[in-house]
Amino acid sequence: MCGIVGLLVKTPALRARLGEMLVPMMIGMTERGPDSAGLAVFSAPLASGHKYSLYTASASFDWEGLAQQLFAHLRVPAKCEGHGNHAVLVTELAPEAVRQWFKEHFPVLHVLSCGRAIDLYKDIGTPGEVAQRYDFASLQGSHAVGHTRMATESAVTPDRAHPFTAGEDFCLVHNGSLSNPYGLRRMLETEGIHFETDNDTEAACRYLEWRMREGDVLETAIQKGFEELDGFYTFLIGTENKLALVRDPFACKPAIVAETDDYVAIASEFRSLAHLPDVKNAHIYEPNPEEMYVWTA
Amino acid sequence: MDSMNFDLAVTPLRDLNRFLHKEAVAQGIKQVTVLHPDGAHNIAVGLNAPVAVDIEGHAGYYAAGMLKHGEVTIHGNAGTGVAENMMSGKVHVKGFASVSAGASAHGGLLVVDGDTSLRCGISLKGGDIVVGGSVGSFSGFMAQAGRMVICGNAGDALGDSLYEAVIYVRGKIKSLGADARIEDMTESDYQAVGELLAAAGYTYDPHEFKRVASAKSLYHWNADANQEY
Repeated sequence: MCGIVGLLVKTPALRARLGEMLVPMMIGMTERGPDSAGLAVFSAPLASGHKYSLYTASASFDWEGLAQQLFAHLRVPAKCEGHGNHAVLVTELAPEAVRQWFKEHFPVLHVLSCGRAIDLYKDIGTPGEVAQRYDFASLQGSHAVGHTRMATESAVTPDRAHPFTAGEDFCLVHNGSLSNPYGLRRMLETEGIHFETDNDTEAACRYLEWRMREGDVLETAIQKGFEELDGFYTFLIGTENKLALVRDPFACKPAIVAETDDYVAIASEFRSLAHLPDVKNAHIYEPNPEEMYVWTA
Repeated sequence: MDSMNFDLAVTPLRDLNRFLHKEAVAQGIKQVTVLHPDGAHNIAVGLNAPVAVDIEGHAGYYAAGMLKHGEVTIHGNAGTGVAENMMSGKVHVKGFASVSAGASAHGGLLVVDGDTSLRCGISLKGGDIVVGGSVGSFSGFMAQAGRMVICGNAGDALGDSLYEAVIYVRGKIKSLGADARIEDMTESDYQAVGELLAAAGYTYDPHEFKRVASAKSLYHWNADANQEY
């Protein structure tokens, strides 16, 4: 079991309240996923450069020093704002160069996400604890994808928490289990795609992002995913300007959507939607199996 | 006093269920209203008293499961397994019902005004289900006894591996499951559909419905079938 939540605000005025609206949604899914939690938030894209959400096990990492060392080595300015074991680094360097530099000089760092619009946080602990640790309530943006994990395969570690990311401005959360992640993984590895964990969800995330990198639009990638990804799933996918929801052909895993003029909110169960403003007048429905639901921010 | 309100925003669900199980009858309570259900699981599970329970909002998993006596009305949507294993009584969902509505119900009547998701009436063992809207795929799977009346359409594999249960469908059937077949309606079928529609509060003409029942070819092992059912 796991819990997924998603929120896309249609009214720009609500962007400042995205995190505040989302935290009770995540806490509402605690019983479905008490061991880890994570959240990806998409906000207005950077005019130039990329930002990286970084994680390290140590709470006393010298984040400011990291930016200075990057400048000392590569002569490109970087700004790094850290809070405990998490930081956001912004630089004009190309993503390949940054990742390679981290690998050589700071292998203890995990790159949780990379892009122009995405910020990502994930860690072990109850949804309430993780939300407080990273102050989810203060996050602002146009849409967000959250997850509460009850591990049914692969260990309980921060890097196996969801959302998973691949490429840039792309993330996926999953409730369910895939039956062919190793087949997908072998296929993708021959394409030069590197995996960071043994988690089944990572295979789905990297598969869909690979399809998009090969030129498919999100909807086409998902359509191919229906053929290639085998198992039980409700997937919630975030890109720079889209939120997509799909369920497997047997709809083994739950999902509920509540839509108003102001927002579209998605959760595994209604419990996570009940507090939302004007939810009583929302259009509430259960997504159909193997049907694509895509909203644009 | 013959009625009571429970506001789940302030009262734990366990207090409501304890009251329904142990105190309602002794106190002569005939009607209980549940406010702010907000998707809570197991509301009015195992109700065994002649009490009318009105749930004012959306219920979570297994609402009114194992109902033995009484009548539960959900003025909203219902989550997974509403009226699962109901023994008798009546459950009425005014909105839609999620997967496995009325699963393995032995008796009683489940009415859903909206659509139901997949596997409605799976392994039905004797209860009656009337759906005002459409049902999802795999509905009536392995249903052993009881009746389903579907006023809208049915998804894929309707009535797969049916035993003695009968399904009546007014709309389109996307596909029939293994061993399910459409049969002629008899006078007793029209009467049964008419009675069930009346009990559910619908006014459709029973002549608009068709009957789906088991061809019974799965009742006996066929060594020559080579698993090609």
